[in-house]
Amino acid sequence: MSAFQSHFEVSGGVDMTDTSTNITAETVEEIREIAARYPQARSALLPALHLVQSVDGRISPAGIEVCADILELSTAEVSGVATFYTMYKRKPVGKHLVGVCTTALCAIMGGDHVLAALQEHLGIGNDETTADGQITLEHIECNAACDYAPVMMVNWEFFDYMTPHSAIELVDALVADNPVASPRGAEITSWRAAERVLAGFPDGRADEGPTAGDASLLGLRIAREHGWSAPVPNVAADNQTEEAAQ
Amino acid sequence: MTEVANKTDEVTCTIDGIEISVPKGTLVIRAAEQLGIQIPKFCDHPLLDPVGACRQCMVDVTDDGRGRPMPKPQASCTITCMPGMQIETGHVSAKAEKAQAGMLEFLLMNHPLDCPICDKGGECPLQNQSLSNGAAESRYDGVKRTFPKPINVSKQILLDRERCVLCARCTRFSEQISGDPFIALVERGALQQVGFYEDQPYNSYFSGNTIQICPVGALTSAKYRFRSRPFDLKSQVTTCEHCASGCELRVDQRRSEVLRRYAGDAPEVNEEWNCDKGRFGFEYGRGEDRITRPLIREGDVLRPASWPEAINAAVRGLQQAGAAGDHPYGVLTGGRLTVEDAYAYAKFARVALGTNNIDFRSRPHTPEESAFLAQAVAGTGLGTSYADLEHAATVLLVDLEPEDESPMVFLRLRKAYRKNRTRVFTLAPYASAGTRKMGGTVLPTVPGTEADVLDHLDPTEVPLDANSVVLVGERAATSPGALTAVLDLVHRTGAKLAWVPRRAGDRGAIEAGCLPNLLPGGRPVTDAAARVDVRAAWGTDALPSTPGRDGDQILAAVAAGELKALVVAGVEPADLRAPATALAALENVDFLISLETRISEVTARADVVFPVSLFEEREGTFLDWEGRERPVHPAVPTTQVMSDLRVLAALADALGTDLGIRSAAEARTELAELGVWAGARPDAPNAAPLQQVRPGPGEAILASWRELIDDSRGTDHAGELLATARPTVIRMNLDMANGLRDGSPIKVAWGEGQITLSLEIASDMVDGVVWVPRHPLSRGTEHASLGRLGAINGELVRIWTDETDPAFPAGGNEGDPR
Amino acid sequence: MTDLLTPVLSANWDIDRAWTLAVYEKNGGYRALRKALEMAPDDIVGAVKDAGLRGRGGAGFPTGVKWSFLPKDNPNPRYIVVNADESEPGTCKDMPLLMASPHTLVEGLIISSFAVNAHTSFIYVRGEVLHITRRLQQAVSEAYAKGYLGRNILGSGFDLDIIVHAGAGAYICGEETALLDSLEGRRGQPRLRPPFPAVAGVYASPTVVNNVESIASVPSIIDNGEAWFASMGTEKSKGMTIYSLSGHVANPGQFEAPMGITLRQLLEVSGGMRAGHQLKFFTPGGSSTPLLTAEHLDMPLDYEGPMAQGSILGTKALQCFDETTSVVRSTLRFVEFYKHESCGKCTPCREGTWWLVQLLARLEAGQGVEGDIEKLLDLCDNIGGRSFCALADGAVACVTSAIKHFRDEFEQGYHTPAWELFPYEKNCLFEAAPMKVGAH
Repeated sequence: MSAFQSHFEVSGGVDMTDTSTNITAETVEEIREIAARYPQARSALLPALHLVQSVDGRISPAGIEVCADILELSTAEVSGVATFYTMYKRKPVGKHLVGVCTTALCAIMGGDHVLAALQEHLGIGNDETTADGQITLEHIECNAACDYAPVMMVNWEFFDYMTPHSAIELVDALVADNPVASPRGAEITSWRAAERVLAGFPDGRADEGPTAGDASLLGLRIAREHGWSAPVPNVAADNQTEEAAQ
Repeated sequence: MTEVANKTDEVTCTIDGIEISVPKGTLVIRAAEQLGIQIPKFCDHPLLDPVGACRQCMVDVTDDGRGRPMPKPQASCTITCMPGMQIETGHVSAKAEKAQAGMLEFLLMNHPLDCPICDKGGECPLQNQSLSNGAAESRYDGVKRTFPKPINVSKQILLDRERCVLCARCTRFSEQISGDPFIALVERGALQQVGFYEDQPYNSYFSGNTIQICPVGALTSAKYRFRSRPFDLKSQVTTCEHCASGCELRVDQRRSEVLRRYAGDAPEVNEEWNCDKGRFGFEYGRGEDRITRPLIREGDVLRPASWPEAINAAVRGLQQAGAAGDHPYGVLTGGRLTVEDAYAYAKFARVALGTNNIDFRSRPHTPEESAFLAQAVAGTGLGTSYADLEHAATVLLVDLEPEDESPMVFLRLRKAYRKNRTRVFTLAPYASAGTRKMGGTVLPTVPGTEADVLDHLDPTEVPLDANSVVLVGERAATSPGALTAVLDLVHRTGAKLAWVPRRAGDRGAIEAGCLPNLLPGGRPVTDAAARVDVRAAWGTDALPSTPGRDGDQILAAVAAGELKALVVAGVEPADLRAPATALAALENVDFLISLETRISEVTARADVVFPVSLFEEREGTFLDWEGRERPVHPAVPTTQVMSDLRVLAALADALGTDLGIRSAAEARTELAELGVWAGARPDAPNAAPLQQVRPGPGEAILASWRELIDDSRGTDHAGELLATARPTVIRMNLDMANGLRDGSPIKVAWGEGQITLSLEIASDMVDGVVWVPRHPLSRGTEHASLGRLGAINGELVRIWTDETDPAFPAGGNEGDPR
Repeated sequence: MTDLLTPVLSANWDIDRAWTLAVYEKNGGYRALRKALEMAPDDIVGAVKDAGLRGRGGAGFPTGVKWSFLPKDNPNPRYIVVNADESEPGTCKDMPLLMASPHTLVEGLIISSFAVNAHTSFIYVRGEVLHITRRLQQAVSEAYAKGYLGRNILGSGFDLDIIVHAGAGAYICGEETALLDSLEGRRGQPRLRPPFPAVAGVYASPTVVNNVESIASVPSIIDNGEAWFASMGTEKSKGMTIYSLSGHVANPGQFEAPMGITLRQLLEVSGGMRAGHQLKFFTPGGSSTPLLTAEHLDMPLDYEGPMAQGSILGTKALQCFDETTSVVRSTLRFVEFYKHESCGKCTPCREGTWWLVQLLARLEAGQGVEGDIEKLLDLCDNIGGRSFCALADGAVACVTSAIKHFRDEFEQGYHTPAWELFPYEKNCLFEAAPMKVGAH
């Protein structure tokens, strides 16, 4: 912690001074499509805002307004949702969103050092974007991969067991637009492309990457080594099921 | 609504050792309040859904009713009383007291403690409860959270986020009570705050209530901010003058100047709410147009005169006019009068002027309506009530837009919809914002065809019975046969009926006898027995026995030379059906007496003008739409100016007639002694529906009503309020717009004039109909060539655009206009 | 006596392309569904009850009992919502399951929906896990194509839609009522209860919210029988479950074992703490569970074991820290997490975590003031049990348990910075330069 932030000069909503948008009739149609997936249209708000980010690179005023319009909400209500969740960004995000986990366990095991190294290497602070627009850097909270600590995320893909050195190599590759793949995921595309998947529009990359990382398999490997397994179920019952299946 | 609880639905529990029985489901904090045990609180509000956010109202439940203590302190605003429950508040339990003190410490740690410069200081629940329930000193020595301040959530409402305790009363009010969620909680955690979206500010008709229920000084009004300290104010409870909802008000003045108005606490009427017009529209009498001395005409100018001189001039003028024929007088009284003042006019017309030519309806009206009012409204007392609305299974609205025309009716119907699943149906050309907020169903109706729609209502679609209410607005008067059909409908179905006028004085004026066909108490002028009653009460030998002329007929008779003198009070000619004709009549009448508070189009044409006191100086009574008496009390000391009643009494004296009443109290007593008519009620109207008018090329049928905040003299000088008015638009459906987009300038023309408004597509608007506000404000539109709309609901108007679009408007029956 | 480790849910994680329908089916997938569709729905509920399956999200409420709370007479549709918003610090068991074998969850959800007669169910997955979302989306799509979802599933007459819904970054949405508000497109703030979700959940309709692992366990119960499931575990904590080992251990990872294994056993089979170091403290089930120390190594990790030691089993996320770690620092960082994730709805959590962070930060910097520890404990008393939901209780648990076991370290915060007492570079898994405070 550098300083305890206590004055919030800019807060409470999206950046109304930047009214730019790439939202088109097609985007509107896709938001309607999302709304149609749910028993009640309002449920579409979170995915719709992900879609807005995939189009505009942030939550734009136009995005707020189009969501409010389609889902029959007030713009204040949409703004209340857009400012509640940390994945929604109010400043334009770079091509890649790089997050370093600094919740207790990752921080202690090296996350703080990784983040400091990246800040120094990229010359930007938390929640800032490099001048070339390639990288937005932020520290993130626990991303449910503690057995791979310290963890980093690029566009919400996992990067495991990070060190300052490997982190710098990673961002250098991203800056250079070299191909980068997550050890437990797909080839890195872009933050916007990732947001589109989260909005419910698959990108066809589900089959990339392994079934599981090595830490996930540790217990299974040990069990296999020892010949340990769950009890053998009642055989008769098993046969019945197989008959039923045929 | 307090309902008598069935004993079997009661639970008995104990709070601080005192046993209490309450209806099942009662919150512990409510039960404690009934016992007079105060529990500190912020988010809890009896009229809002419980939220349990502030955690201030912690109590210790020493026995949950099953013999076990609850290990943790409980929020008394979210737990209900259970049989045998033992509850200890902070007054008794050290555990509860510590929980409460700890919570106050948390609430204050980031609070700016700027009480000395805060509007709320001196009447602040946070301040008060900190003193009564908090620690003397804070242990917080850290860094306080700060925000830039204040921010305007609307032109009227300012938000200081540092003072806010995030109780969410304001956001819950806006969402739950009024249905205008234009403020919302935004951000999260320690950064959470009340927010809004800059391009959609908190322009709600009810926004001011949030200031009143804010338990800290976070929400303030541009109007009152930094104007006063609560302990410098003198308060008076009275009734709002802006409409017939009948809201109780608390008016606060300092040095005889009203500084603010709060909603009063009247559970059976306005609960604890009011509208922004009632809250902020109180400076209309402060302009240079205020009249404080009598004026008499000398050639082209009105000059100040003494009271005796003005009265003499009035008497002389009336007598000269009277010489020309048989009581050639007319009296137009408008809608701002108290019952007592209206009674004075009714009596003055009959006793001093010997005529039944009197009408309070300073708006379009018809003989059908006169008959309707005599049959179904006059002398019916407190009839259909707010409580009836709240508990009705079905409510049918006929020519009534409650949010604009009677805001408390709107709030109660929204409550009925939210709490009791009341189904609201409305005869309307489209679903207005208000209709949607009441969960209403539109019965698509072209203005003017209401009678036809009512006659053909499908009882399976709109089930009406004794548990239903039909509310009819004043606009129904001009839809031929509508009021006839409404009476048929309620007789047919057994539904309750109420007539909901717009103006505060309208219902009282009917009871007072300000109609050509009715004497006080709903007595038909044509009924000899009714006249005997009134003659006895008034001690007069003769009363005119033939029905008089209504407002339109009075003006027509002036034009025809049949009436020679008029007494006019509280009438804005622009409100009448034909403003130009009305102005001509006022111009040409031989003698015109005006009783007015401010210079107007009537005073400009008057021969004698008597100043009368402002509403805030008056004593008296309004009858709200329910027929309920709503007391009016002077909020500031009366100046040298008198009430209408006093002026009329003086005038009657000078005419050689004793009006018999000298004060509101005397008028009230006399009217009460007279009582209501117990004889046969006049016949119901029997007007035929009109053949539907079909718009030709370039024409449309007009749907129009007064919006709550519009071009009204009652909101003069309330700049911030007017800034929250709705944008001035013309609405039509997509087909008619024929490719034009929202915001396109559309011209609307009628017989005498035209205005230009911005287009707003209303996709469900009935074909052939356009909606235009009746008295549009010029604010909020880039096409500001606005004036008063001369056409009324149901009439044909011409529409076109100067933008190059010969195809607009689409439709019409006579082929392609090109 | 069952084996020490019992891979069931994780048994197919080392199979190539286990996430695809074809591979899943080849290894016995969707056999349980066929069996379940032949059963009476109430019998499925009964089997899950009899198996003794308890909620794997932390609370440990019996899953079958939860299902039976759905009112019979409510005319509204019923819903199951799977809580895949795994966000509790230390917790990392659901994500590998969803990545390796999403069909295990999908199959479990179809069976569970059939059991409670829900025709629409949701998988609410946290948004920050792109590849897992992809695999879930694909699994659901494959299940539709195969006729396991949609109308008249496998000719049974049962209809079901499953909607994969990505969150957007909010720990509080792991709380079931906040999750429901979030699913409805609102701010994820907990709701007042009653009404409970079983009566008025999503869209004010009867709703069951279950953890990923709970639902994923259902196919194995149906396939192998409730007795088989109940044969594993301890008396009141039945079945196998996934334990997550992380921190300063030699080999972190996931371990599927019968309920009741001990941390000592897990460390023994996995290689213990990192070389040359000893366990200082650990959380039994995520950061919200009061921390424990080496003296608790033999405590059974079932629902009852940690409870007896004043802690909670939680999500079985065993974060292990060695003697190089400053408890003041770890506590500060945990509480910062809660401050960051506090939804803001209620006073004690919103304001209390703000205050705790400032006190802990000055203790970390060696600038604490005499009495700060007592103040911390009193603030915790004013927060704990007073807040709207359990989030702040988790924050309080971090602080009070840390002070309980390591009060002297907090007292040292009155004069000596934590980074001097416990050089932070020594915590790292890599060679690192000295560092004073966190970099953000």
